[in-house]
Formats: sequence, structure tokens, C-alpha cells
Amino acid sequence: MAVELQQYKSEVRPDWCPGCGDFAVLNALTKALQFLQLPPWQVLVVSGIGCSSNLPGFLSTYGFHGIHGRALPVASGAKLANPEMTVIAAGGDGDGYGIGAGHFLHAMRRNLDITYIVMNNEIYGLTTGQASPTSEKGDKTKSTPEGVIENPLNPLALAIAAGATFVARGFSGDVRTLADITTRAIRHKGFSLVDVMSPCVTYNKVNTYDWFKQRVYVVDKEGHDPKDIHAAMAKAMEWPNLDGKRDRVPTGVIFETDAYPTYEELDPTIRRFGPPVKQKLGVESPEEILKQFY
Amino acid sequence: MREISFRVGGAAGDGVASTAESFARLCVRGGLYVHTYSSYQSVIRGGHVWAQVRAGEEPVLSQGEDPSLLIALNQETADIHVPLVTAGGAIVYDDALSKLDGLTPRAGVRLVKLPMNATARELGEPMMKNVVALGAALALLDVPFAPLEASIRDVFGHKKPEIVEMNLRAAHTGYDAIGTNGGSLGLGIPFGKAPGRLMMTGNEAMALGAVAAGCKFYAAYPMTPASAILHWMAANGPKHGIVVKQAEDELAVINMTIGAAHMGVRAMCGTSGGGFALMVEALGQAGMTETPIVCVLVQRSGPSTGLPTKTEQGDLNLALGAGQGDWPRAILAPRNAQECFTATVRAFNLAEVYQTPVILMSDLYLGEGNRTLEASQLDFNVPILRGFLVEENGDPKGYKRYAFTESGISPRVLPGTKGYQYTAATDEHMENGILISDVLAGVPAWIEERRRMMEKRMRKLEGMRHEMSPPERWGPADADLTIVSWGTTTMTVREALGRLAAMGHTVNALEFFDLFPVKVEETQEILEGVRKTLMVEGNYTGQFAHLLRAETGYKPDHMLTKYDGEPFEPREIVARALQVIEHGG
Repeated sequence: MAVELQQYKSEVRPDWCPGCGDFAVLNALTKALQFLQLPPWQVLVVSGIGCSSNLPGFLSTYGFHGIHGRALPVASGAKLANPEMTVIAAGGDGDGYGIGAGHFLHAMRRNLDITYIVMNNEIYGLTTGQASPTSEKGDKTKSTPEGVIENPLNPLALAIAAGATFVARGFSGDVRTLADITTRAIRHKGFSLVDVMSPCVTYNKVNTYDWFKQRVYVVDKEGHDPKDIHAAMAKAMEWPNLDGKRDRVPTGVIFETDAYPTYEELDPTIRRFGPPVKQKLGVESPEEILKQFY
Repeated sequence: MREISFRVGGAAGDGVASTAESFARLCVRGGLYVHTYSSYQSVIRGGHVWAQVRAGEEPVLSQGEDPSLLIALNQETADIHVPLVTAGGAIVYDDALSKLDGLTPRAGVRLVKLPMNATARELGEPMMKNVVALGAALALLDVPFAPLEASIRDVFGHKKPEIVEMNLRAAHTGYDAIGTNGGSLGLGIPFGKAPGRLMMTGNEAMALGAVAAGCKFYAAYPMTPASAILHWMAANGPKHGIVVKQAEDELAVINMTIGAAHMGVRAMCGTSGGGFALMVEALGQAGMTETPIVCVLVQRSGPSTGLPTKTEQGDLNLALGAGQGDWPRAILAPRNAQECFTATVRAFNLAEVYQTPVILMSDLYLGEGNRTLEASQLDFNVPILRGFLVEENGDPKGYKRYAFTESGISPRVLPGTKGYQYTAATDEHMENGILISDVLAGVPAWIEERRRMMEKRMRKLEGMRHEMSPPERWGPADADLTIVSWGTTTMTVREALGRLAAMGHTVNALEFFDLFPVKVEETQEILEGVRKTLMVEGNYTGQFAHLLRAETGYKPDHMLTKYDGEPFEPREIVARALQVIEHGG
């Protein structure tokens, strides 16, 4: 029996501001899950803290709405315990690229089969509008009234450098492409990053839907080969970059490789015994364990 | 009790620890009980490192005090330790490594000059000076050569036969030299048939407890003195189905542990104070999402980086206060290696039954020290209590992950179970997990709901309280003085009690090992029966004394605190007790 789209939605109505980019991410994600026909009970969505991190509660999958910045390690532990579950981490740019940036890098180099969706609005929304790690130079926010003087972090370039095996950017104003990217990301075996330009209609008056619409383009349409890591890095560096050029914002699948095994395929315990959550508890031959202590 | 305190000292990189461990293992195989203590520094080469193996015919409770047999591998060792060697003992030295000129050994101490260095160099491996020394030590103790030979074959058997031969020759050189240096010390240490006892550290005993309890996930970031748990798990875990993960920091460590536990495996992480401090927020997360995890805290000297290679009992306040807000936790502090095993098993059961974090506290002294155990003390056939788990194929209609119950324990479903989907949340939530933090907080009906949810979680603390043990009394029921201690210090206090009894004093002890939640009434009852108390603990402010006073209203009469990085010696406790007995304070 096919799973209907409605079956992925929970009874909770999203409390995002009307027009928030995160609605599109939620829609794209449910479309992807439905397209892949993943039963909701075999999906775990993990998040941290921020407007976008409320997302698991709006789904009828299993969810874990944790503390700020720690979605990826929780998701990693969950995936290691039960590699048969589809594990998705979701959150914002502050959560993933700010307070959780350390985990972001290490999760990517580990290449666990996890999909990480970052709703990137270049601002801290839930705390009412401070600069985020992806705020662009010069952006005036509550915490930077004279303008941001740091360079924005480039998540796509970082991801390629850190060893993510699937790197993509979506835009909330283009749900069709976003749903397609999300589907491919979930299907990808290994760590997949989907950085979504998801406008904050309340606190970010610069990077609006219109701003993006004038700049985004889908890389597939220009003949980009996501298997080519150098071409991918060049695409990733188009925006944001040190020059502050902001005329074109690439979206779509930037980098993709299936040449590398996942962490769980390499883990000596999982390789030997399968999913830890399915193992019997208890010890059969304690004598064997104690031998080394005589 | 006939006993020996073997001490070997040198620089980091001299093989001091492995020499002590070999000696200790030989003693255990020869039927003795051991207790080892390593004094080392935060340096890879150089510095001053020494290790003591106290071995006796009865269970050894502490590292003891001065050595009876010293092996000096460098000048600094000689300078510091030569004057400490007790009468009837011996000092084994090599004047190519250390000169004894100007040092003042006690009367009745034999000086054994041995060309350890030259012998090792002749054989082609300078590190083998330890093996020469080990041979000499065994001859001084009247131990036959065969066990040492067996041990060398054990250790080096997998290497080239020449290496085994070289080591045997080094050992023989040291062993035979004693014959022409006055022979054995004649201490009469009974060294005989091996009764099949085990030697392990507290850290290893905890790892074994985790294996017995069915732990399937262990995560850690390297940190002295907890790293040995990670090392044992990494080497052995995969054989027992345990996924072992070294993560990028302790934040990742505990969050991975929580993720794994959330999915339904028994999960544990381990660290020392600094790493535990980083874990604080996530501990509260486990409390709020009601995720069962076991967190091991092997204390070292703080504050901050402190003395990374030294011991302390200074993290009790940290463990008690970890996390914002109130959430239920249990804190267990095993007293000895056997309890490291049994407390770990209990920790997993408490964590799963009450769906909340359990903190296991030990310290460098017990975590890294070797102790002797009977195999029968480690019963792997343990109860595994998984608590209120909803089985597959039930009726998911109306399922509430955080349902209000009398015990506060709600039905837990493991993700993957069809039809029961819910979201665990660190925000305050309703019985079904839906947030009340965002749009409902402060709305009258939900003010009440929040209050009830807090009370539901905290009722679990009362459940756990019933499962805690009150302090155990050691020694006579009626005593002039009662020494109160907790965790690893209890064993040294026991030894002090024996000495005080031998001096004719009636002193007993109260040993706390289930630290929190406190069994208030039982503890108060016990405290009503004591005359005068001396609290002994390894920190500056008397952290346990504060807990005891806060929970029971009881203030210990006298204090003995220690915060110099070294473990208590029995004689310090005896001296303080005598001060109280004889001078009233």
C-alpha cells in the first residue's frame, strides 16, 4: 500500500512566520519521502534549536528535537545504533554552521549515510535577528548595527573539502528543484548536505525571495558535471566568496560521488554483527573475555 | 600480613609502568593480592615517573606508604626515594644510572649495585635494564625463576625467538646477581601456586561491567584518566558487538551516546572532569528527552586542566549540578574494582528503568590502579532490566511517549516501531511530545501542564531513591569515632581502621557509594547512632560533607581533606583520627 503525502504530516501546524522559506523545505522533504515511499516509522529526523529546528515536530516520522548545534552527533549516534533507519538531520545556519560547525566538518569526513538539510536564511531568526555565520559582509543586523565585518562561511566549499560525498544547494522559491535535490540526497549512500537558501521574511530584509530569484540558477542546466570535484569546487566558490561578488547563486547538485564506502559499511562492529539495535544482550563466554586479565 | 611494597622509578620512556605491571602480574600469578599506584606526569619522555606495587598474602586495600624494595633507574629516583625505603628492604641501583653518594638510606636497608644498563646495552636493547631489575627483584623475594621465564615467553612469545632469548638472559643476569649480593631478603612472602585470580584496573572493570550489561555503543574523546576505557573498548568492543566511537569532542561524544540510546541500544560514554564539563548541557538533554545513558566520570585533579595525571574527588559538585534546571539523575561512586563492574551493570539498569542519565564516578586512583579480583567476583550473568518498553505489534492509538504515570516512568518506544512515531523534544512538551514552549507557554491550561510534566519527571527521582543503598558501616557497631568517606577513599579508610583498632581505639566507618539521590531517612537514622565523625574526602571544600548536610542536616564534626593530587595514605587518616581522639579536633 502506497504511503500518501498526508501521512508524513503531523497534527501540529508549523508556527513559522507566514512566507517563511522553511515551509518549502518541509514540503520538499515530505514530497521526497513520499516519492521514495519510505514508511514514516523508518525515518528519524533530528534537529537542534532555531526556527527551522522545529521541523521534526511537523512530521509524522520519528523525531528528535535536541539542543542547539548538536543535531549531527545525535543523528550519527542514531545511525550507528540502527543503520537500517533513514536518518535526516535538519536545522538552520546558526545551528549547523555556527555553534555546531565542529560537528559539521567531522560528520562530513565520516561519511555516515545521513542527509543534512540546512535552512540557511543568513540570520538568527528565533533570537530576533542577529548576524549568522552566513550573513554577508556589510549586513546590518541587531548585533552588527554598523554592518558585518567578517567573511561569510561557504558551506558548499567546506563540505567538498571536508569529504561530504553529496553536496547541493536548494532555494525555497523553487520547490520542484528542491524536492528533486532532497530525493537524490536521501537516496545517496553517504553524507549528503542540502544547503537551502530559505529566506527569513521577518529579519533578513536583504536576502529576500526577490533577491535570490534575480541570482539563482540551476547548475544542471548549464552542463555542470557534479562528479568533477574541481568543477564542483569552482561552482561552490561562486557565492559567497572573499570578493563579495553576489551576482550569481548556483543551486542544484554541486558535487556527488559514489566512489567511497559509508562509515557504517567500514565500522568493524556493524560489519560483523549488523545493526547494534538488533543484537542480543548478554555475554555467552565470560571466560574468553577474562583470559587477558590472568 | 606479610607484604612487600615494590617501587620502581625512572624517567618517562624508561618502561617504569610496564615493569611495575609485569611485577604485579607475577605476584598475582604467584597467589598474592596486589594494589598498584602509578605516579606519572603529563609528559611523554623525561620527567620523574614511579610506580608502586603493594603485594600481600591478603587483599590489599591501599597503595600503602614507603617502599620496601626500590629499583632506581635514574638519579632523580634515587634522590627522592632512597631515604624512604623501609628497614629490611633493599635498593637496586646501577651507578651508571644513579649514584647514592650523599644519600641517606635507612639502617637495615641493603644496597644492591647491579650493572643493569651495561647488561642491557651488551644485549643490544637499553630498555631491557628493566628486565635485569625485575630478575633481581624476584631473587630478592625468593621467587623461583620459572614464573618470570613464563611471563617473558607470554609477553614476547609472538616476537622473534632471539628477542625472547635476550630477555631471558637479561632476567637471568639480574636474578643470578643476587646470589653473590647476599641472597634473598628473607621476607618470607608466600609465593606459590596460582589460584587463578585476575588483575585489572577500575577502568577495565567498568568496561567489563558494560559488556556484561549489554552495552552496544561506547563513545569517548581521549582524556586522562578515562582513556583506558576507550582503549579497552576499541580493542575488545567489536568482538562483543559494541560500536566504539572516538568523536571530535565531548559534545559529540555525549550527543552520539544519546542518539544511540534513543534508538534503543545500551549506550555509555566516558571522560574526566574537563570533558564532563563540556557534556553538561547534553546531560540535561538526556534528562529532558528521557533518554537512558550511562556517563562515566573518572576524576582527576582540577580545577581546569589541573594536574592531569593526579587523582582527586573534586567533581562531585559538578556531577550533582550538571545541567540547567532540575532533572532526575543518579550518581554512583564504586568503592573498588569489583564495584566498578557491578555499579556499571546497575547504572545501565537504573538508566533504562528510569529513562534518565546515570553518572558513574571513579577517579584516577581506582581507574588506573590495578587490583586483584577473584573471577567469581565478576558475575556476567546479570539481570538486564530494560524498563517500560512498548513491544512491537501493540495498538499505537493514543500512544503518549511522556504519559503521566504514578511512577513518572512513561512507555518507551524504540524508533523503527510501526505506528508509534513521536518526536522527543528538549523543549518542554506535552504527554505526546508536542512542544508547549513555542505557542502555548504561559497559556493558563498549559501552565498547569508544564507543572505536571516537571513533577512527572521528578517522580522518577523518588523511584531511584528507593533503589539506592544507604551507607555501609564498616567495623564495630558502636565506636568512639566514625570515619565517613565516599567512593575510592573508603578502602584506604578501612586500612586505617585496622591500624587504629590495633592501637586499641574503637573506630568504625561509614562508606557512601550510592551518592545520589540520597537515601535521606535511612542515612539520618544511621547518623543518629554515631558519636563523633571525621569526614575524609579528596577535595578542598568537602563537597560530600556539603551534600550530606544539605540532604540530612548532619554536619561532620571534623574534616580531613586532601587536594595535593596524591591519594590518601592510611597513615594520614590514622594521624588525623588520633588527633581527634586524643585532642578532640
